[in-house]
Amino acid sequence: MSDLADRQKLSYIAAQAADARLNVELETEGMTLNIGPQHPATHGTLRIIVRLDGEQVIWAEPSAGYMHRGYEKLTEVRTFPQVTTLINRIDWLGSFANEVPFILAAEKLMDIEAPARAQHIRTILFELSRIANVSLFLGDLGVQLGAITPVFMAFRDREYVLNLIEGATGGRFHPNFDRIGGLKDDLPAGWLVETKQVMKKLRNFCTEMEDLLFGNEIFQSRTRGIGVIPKEVALQYGLSGANLRASGVDWDLRRDQNLPLAYDKVDFKVWTHPDGDSFARCWLRLQETREATKIVDQLIDTLPAGPIMAKVPRIIKVPEGEAWVSTENPLGEMGYYVVSKGDLGPFRVKIRTASFNNISIVPWLLRGVYVPDVITILASLYFILGDIDK
Amino acid sequence: MAVVALSDTETLALPGDGLREGIVQQLRDVLGDALLDSLVKPGDDVWVRVRTDAWRAAGAALRDVVGCDYFCFLSAIDWMPSPYGRGEDDPTEPPPERSTEIRQGYTGGDTRMQVFARVRSIQGKFGVTIKADVPDDHQVVDSWISLYAGANWHERECHEMFGIGFAGHNDLRNMYLPTEFEGYPLRKDFPLLARMVKPWPGIVDVEPLPGDGEDESDV
Repeated sequence: MSDLADRQKLSYIAAQAADARLNVELETEGMTLNIGPQHPATHGTLRIIVRLDGEQVIWAEPSAGYMHRGYEKLTEVRTFPQVTTLINRIDWLGSFANEVPFILAAEKLMDIEAPARAQHIRTILFELSRIANVSLFLGDLGVQLGAITPVFMAFRDREYVLNLIEGATGGRFHPNFDRIGGLKDDLPAGWLVETKQVMKKLRNFCTEMEDLLFGNEIFQSRTRGIGVIPKEVALQYGLSGANLRASGVDWDLRRDQNLPLAYDKVDFKVWTHPDGDSFARCWLRLQETREATKIVDQLIDTLPAGPIMAKVPRIIKVPEGEAWVSTENPLGEMGYYVVSKGDLGPFRVKIRTASFNNISIVPWLLRGVYVPDVITILASLYFILGDIDK
Repeated sequence: MAVVALSDTETLALPGDGLREGIVQQLRDVLGDALLDSLVKPGDDVWVRVRTDAWRAAGAALRDVVGCDYFCFLSAIDWMPSPYGRGEDDPTEPPPERSTEIRQGYTGGDTRMQVFARVRSIQGKFGVTIKADVPDDHQVVDSWISLYAGANWHERECHEMFGIGFAGHNDLRNMYLPTEFEGYPLRKDFPLLARMVKPWPGIVDVEPLPGDGEDESDV
């Protein structure tokens, strides 16, 4: 590996020297390059302005806001049950996972707890949205690096998961299924058996990806040692989820807090990686997808019987107070700070999204990297534009 | 293949209320009477409010003394009740009387605007929510940028949405809105125009409520 890195460094230096010669000949003083707003690496419309010196980035600035929908303002004119319709469009690939922390915050303020079966099903759907979300990342990763095949495999296998989500909730992308006090419906007949089969398929998919992509020499040479984020920097910027764990921080909100979800009933591993480079981030997401399928399997085996809705008043008024709930969403820590004044709707909702913090490190991270690496670094950070712009 | 570090640390017991009391005490030792109020909700969370001029010092104390190394978010709250209600008024009728009383939430306060932030200790598995008043006549607080690099974008967002300035932050450009945009959208007196032009159709719930005509426990 060190050989490879050395070769890489040498070729970079050579390219750099060639560029420098060219710049002297042409008397250019660097150039400004717009990456995006439309670029396959950005999962939405993000524009990144980079200033280049030859092939090297000397300054970079993401310019978000193309998709700002003002959800924080809109929540103030909705009732509590109506808010879930808005917020499951924040991270559109893992919609159900967006609903859960908000509902939990409302339940915390109302001092009610969903029945055990509802908590279990919530957790299952939460993990399914993680799988749907991250499997697309794994496919997309190939595209960023010029490999076309993985994306087809990812879309093929993600479809099984989306079918499951649709079967249970009625919506492929925007389930709007979580309710204050429980869930809208129970699971349909035969769903659990099907889910187990799909989880097996998804584990196969993970193995396929591991062989096809992660063992590939080109993939490794383009991601290893590239875009390294040290632990301290990651924490300062508030990176979360796989991005933080890839820098060696052993922190997972599924394990490290008490929430009325069923994570304490299952046995799962929190993966970390000491390197903090692009490879670590990608590799970690693969492991987490596989881990999520195991969590779903265990939850199905232990699914308790019982009601799926607690007793809640028909017209939901949330008592005055403030509550913060965050969960380990597919992209990282997502949380809602809900302020209620005892009204039908929230007084203020602060939405803390994972991608907003994850991408704020870009100006720091891209300084000094080379243009082709910009794309792999952005891809490995993995953000959804709806999650930045809110 | 990869050098794999499995997480083998034992799951530590989650922090209790005693630990939260301890956090407040630690902050009080450092900040003295700049710590104005605190609230520990049993089994939930801890809130503290500091004097405006101690905002940065409080951040430094949280980072260096309490050990909150992870920056979660920073934002603001406008405590004034909205003069437009929830946008459900009939446009043909005169608007109803609304309360204009400013009533702050946990840990109180004296001003209409408050900034609040949340930081977390990864090791200790606890988080702290910290608030500070923003004076009505001079809406500026100190920037946290030199403490937590992640505060950069959050302060930009906060400035754009609430019009609060951050002393020490020299790049408060808009994140979302056009540069020439006027007004601060998340302030309560900023009208949600879309709602005023066309009333929200969700006011009238056309579907029967769950449990209508049957026992509620069956829902």
